[in-house]
Amino acid sequence: MALNRDFVGRASAPSAPYEVSRVKIKEFATAIGDNNPIYRDREAAQAAGHPDVVAPPTFPIVFSLAGGTILADPELGLNFAMVVHGEQRFEYQRPIHAGDELVSVSTVTDIRSVGRNELITVKSDVTTVDGEPVCTTYNTIVERGGAG
Amino acid sequence: MAATVKYDEVETGQQIPPADYPVRRVNLVMYAGASGDFNPIHWNERFAKTVGLPDVIAHGMFTMAQGGRFVTDWAGDPGAIVDYGVRFSSMVVVPDDEQGAVITVSGVIEEKLEDNRVVVALTARSGDSRVLSKARAVVQLA
Repeated sequence: MALNRDFVGRASAPSAPYEVSRVKIKEFATAIGDNNPIYRDREAAQAAGHPDVVAPPTFPIVFSLAGGTILADPELGLNFAMVVHGEQRFEYQRPIHAGDELVSVSTVTDIRSVGRNELITVKSDVTTVDGEPVCTTYNTIVERGGAG
Repeated sequence: MAATVKYDEVETGQQIPPADYPVRRVNLVMYAGASGDFNPIHWNERFAKTVGLPDVIAHGMFTMAQGGRFVTDWAGDPGAIVDYGVRFSSMVVVPDDEQGAVITVSGVIEEKLEDNRVVVALTARSGDSRVLSKARAVVQLA
């Protein structure tokens, strides 16, 4: 089913604060098979100039999938069973580390058809609870056959 | 933020040696749990086939994470990556056996920017397929 173009420009309410923990960073690093001590050992992270253990570059996907509140709106018409990931980008204003409390605001920036597929891009601006910019994520998902 | 690679010691066109990252079903189950992405196409073969896929496929973000690991291992500090983006151009099909699949990542210094930053262009392959395209990381070097 074609996606509802009225959603372009629609923004989510700010997410509930996401608290970045050492335990979650370690779990995520283990899941991607990365043994870098900067993800596990506070002293190793501090020796590299960080206040605490750092999150791997793709870690923001853990909380920025909250753009899902827009994607799950039945009015959008997205069939999750046919969804695959199209593109992903992270712009980092600074590394994320344990102890950060992060808030995301997600905005639908684009909906388009490519062949028989529907593509939707969601941008998420991630800041600390105090408003310090931390990263910006761009997530494009593909609904296979959606434009057919 | 302390990359161990020095800007003055890299040149445009310089290759970063390839690395192999194995992926088996258990890795996808772990990734599903850690990331919160429980889409059954990443762990349920029966479901994957009913939606037209050849078999269970890896999360695109798992593949992107391997590319990230490749760059952070090279740069020496995860905090050195200032921008990282990819397009998922093909699926990583992960069969239910002991071998699973292998993602091979390689890189080249595509451009030297100002402020000791470089653009690393990544290539990621699995089997005969190029699984990432337009994969670029901007890295802050020493």
